[in-house]
Amino acid sequence: MKNKFIYFAVLAAMGLASCEPEFENEVSNASYSSGEADFTSYVALGNSLSAGYIDGTISKGGQQYSFPLMLSQQFALVGGGEFTQPDFSMDANNVGGLLLGGMPITDPVTGANLFPTRMVFDESQLKPENINAVSTNDVSERQFRAYHNMGVPGMKSFHAVYSGYGSLTGLGTGTANPWYVRHATADDATVLGDAMQMNPTFFTNWIGDMDVLAYATSGGAGSTAGIGANDITPFPVFEAAYDAVLNTLTANGTNDVKGVLCTIPYVTSIPYFTTVPYAPLSPAALGGEANITALNSQLYGPLNAIFTAYGEPNRVRLLSATAANPVLIVDENAQDRTAQITGALMMQGYDAPTATAFGQIFGKARQSTANDLIVLPASSYIGTTNAMAPAPVNINGVTNPLADKWVLTQVEIADVKDATDQINAHIRSKESANIAIADMNVVMKQLVSGLRVEDGSIYTANYFNGTNISTVLFSLDGVHPNPRGYAVITNELIKVINKHFKAKLPYKNSASYPGINLVTTN
Amino acid sequence: MRKLLSLTLMALAGSTAFAGGYRVSLQGQKQLAMGHTGVAVVNSAEAAFFNPAGLSFLEDKFNLSVGANALFAKTKFQNETYNWKNSTENMGTPFNVYASYKINKWLTAGLAVYTPYGSAVEWDKDWEGSHLVNNIDLQAIYIQPTISVKVSDEFSFGGGPIYVTGSVEFNRNLNRNLTDENGNRSDVTLDAKGITAWGYTAGFMFNPCKKLRLGVNYRSEIIMEARGGDAKFNDIPLIAQGTYSDTSFDADLPLPAEITAGLSYNITDKWMVAFDYNRTLWRAYDALVVDFANNVPTSYNARNYHDTNTYRVGTQYKANDKFTFRAGWYKDESPISAGYFAPETPRNDSMGYTGGLTYQVTKKLGIDASFLYLHFDEVNASYDHYTESTVVNGQPVISTIPFSGTYKNTVFSPGLGLTYSF
Repeated sequence: MKNKFIYFAVLAAMGLASCEPEFENEVSNASYSSGEADFTSYVALGNSLSAGYIDGTISKGGQQYSFPLMLSQQFALVGGGEFTQPDFSMDANNVGGLLLGGMPITDPVTGANLFPTRMVFDESQLKPENINAVSTNDVSERQFRAYHNMGVPGMKSFHAVYSGYGSLTGLGTGTANPWYVRHATADDATVLGDAMQMNPTFFTNWIGDMDVLAYATSGGAGSTAGIGANDITPFPVFEAAYDAVLNTLTANGTNDVKGVLCTIPYVTSIPYFTTVPYAPLSPAALGGEANITALNSQLYGPLNAIFTAYGEPNRVRLLSATAANPVLIVDENAQDRTAQITGALMMQGYDAPTATAFGQIFGKARQSTANDLIVLPASSYIGTTNAMAPAPVNINGVTNPLADKWVLTQVEIADVKDATDQINAHIRSKESANIAIADMNVVMKQLVSGLRVEDGSIYTANYFNGTNISTVLFSLDGVHPNPRGYAVITNELIKVINKHFKAKLPYKNSASYPGINLVTTN
Repeated sequence: MRKLLSLTLMALAGSTAFAGGYRVSLQGQKQLAMGHTGVAVVNSAEAAFFNPAGLSFLEDKFNLSVGANALFAKTKFQNETYNWKNSTENMGTPFNVYASYKINKWLTAGLAVYTPYGSAVEWDKDWEGSHLVNNIDLQAIYIQPTISVKVSDEFSFGGGPIYVTGSVEFNRNLNRNLTDENGNRSDVTLDAKGITAWGYTAGFMFNPCKKLRLGVNYRSEIIMEARGGDAKFNDIPLIAQGTYSDTSFDADLPLPAEITAGLSYNITDKWMVAFDYNRTLWRAYDALVVDFANNVPTSYNARNYHDTNTYRVGTQYKANDKFTFRAGWYKDESPISAGYFAPETPRNDSMGYTGGLTYQVTKKLGIDASFLYLHFDEVNASYDHYTESTVVNGQPVISTIPFSGTYKNTVFSPGLGLTYSF
């Protein structure tokens, strides 16, 4: 009797100890659904934003945070198939960048490395730098393979259908894109054609940014209607290319292909343009009061007198010794006062060559205003000495006006906005039962006043300043999101997909994704 | 690693998981088996805890009860919005030692050592709620010298001072994303050992007739004041090391007062039933405030607990000289208010089912066994008082980040004890 009871007690104890807590509705893949969509083969067409471009490049590590890959991870819960991305296994040290035939790819004029390594924030210098390492990604090691992620950095709308965009020889003539050359299935392949090789059942298409962004990031140096690298794509060209891409993506045999089109953001909402203030010159940066007095008597005062005499009293004002001052810039749309400046200086007794040189330097100059946007790289250019100009008119932005490429002027901003609006109107017009619109323009616009995402976090478009490490969404290049930013984008797309296609996909926990890449020394 | 830690925890007597809040109702094998009733029960030296007044009604001159429980607590967590799934399993070994000695006809002295509060919860490091807690280990050992005075066969009172010695170790990540240069999440460990505090307990017992006993007991609030504990910041990136450097901290953790009233009734000579009502004054736990000695911002964690009721019923049947059987049930309320459900104490209302027996080896020596099974309904709950700050257009903006999900607990605890009396 006693023994039996003890056995029973031991058994009961073991039974209860193994009691596992169980939910009535256990979260599992069955909790989610693809709704009306079919994620068997998901293809992402786009530019750097789709490619997982972070900190100025694609790296092996950065690519793991591309929004299409994150999206595919959620699709995988509801029948999504494998999602492949261009091979970056050769980026052994995870530094990004590109080489061609073992050599860096450089700008023929300036010699600058066009595809440097990824940027990191150097804590010993408190500034972003390209990581001090040599890239091991060689464009010559071609993959000849189509992938589900067909995000090609720098790709404009019409490039998607351009045969030769992946041609190795085209690199020499500037008609090919080294990122695409790496994996194009053939020299004459198109990005769209390679995408179709994956037989998409679902797609995201986020092209169009580069049709305006390159113009903007070059400070409006290009044309407002051209197909050069820094031009705004003429709308008819964009329209034709965009429609061709969309028609091809949706006409995949008998498949009922669905997808999401993303609108393009206003550049005014990205840190590349919002980080450097229009008036960045503090009295201290100008060398103090004595220096400011000298600058005013020798340069700003005379310039102001001449512009005022010709009816433009606000074009240049005296520098303040107590408040931050604007920079001098060249505005291609300004009244040309070359002759007047030259004449005035000659009357003051300057010799003709000097007066003429000054006239040419300051003829289209003005001070920046709150309506101008100064590009991020200018932060390390303003105040430095310009080797191409004689002293004392050789201090960039102070005594030597910043060239067009450093500043997006009010007129250029309007050009960019108009082009963006026209493109977005076209994209939005494509909404249908099979086509959802992710209005990334509206989402990114909220970053200016603070974007509140679904978990309660508030994010802004602020550039990394050393303290906002937990809330920064953009990477160090100031244009592309960091991993956390891509997770936020992924969640915005999930919202759209859940709503439009009646799917039920879980969100990514965006807050837990990495922000800025810190290194103690570089 | 996890296993190793569990083993370590097992070695640390008094480290436990629990029911409502961080209260652990496992203070005696006999009484636990009866639904943890006992304020009006005279069974053994366990009365030193349940109601010291009862000690003077014990028949033997010397009574000793020692016991320990193995407490297995499992918590499962999920969140459908983010496809989160997690769980934690923890084990604790609360123990108790009670002794009483009848000095004369009316005066009994006693000593009680027990562990009524404690908490050990260890989630996976860097889990989704790691900004609230990675792990916590709270221990408190109560040492209570006791006297009990029998005024008459109908009335007694008793009580004594309580000396508490305890420790707390707590680790959590600094926020939801900060990492060092290698991607290791930044976290802080708060460690305070050798915290001591004083309190008291007092009660009376009244026997209006031979079959009925009434009892009331009060145990005072005791505030564990951690002073100069170690705050160690781990995996902090260089850029943030100026702010987050190792320092010391002060924090207060209340062990709330508990008032109990109840009765026991002997239906026959062999069969007894008992009812207890506890009210635990949890409102003392308003917030966990960690004040750092250096310039690390004070950590304010709203708790806003409310007072709780526990209803207990138990019964005991003395089958023969060798065997006594016991069973019980109780309903335990959680002190946690809506929106304050933090995963460091992931407990909601529960029902306890208990049972047990005593095997009397000799007239003097008995072996007590008990078990407790706590049933929790699954609960959708959130902690809505975690904030992060950002700067929008130069202005600091505070945003509240709720942490929510579905929790389901199971708690099971077998216990063993010895009773020796003469």
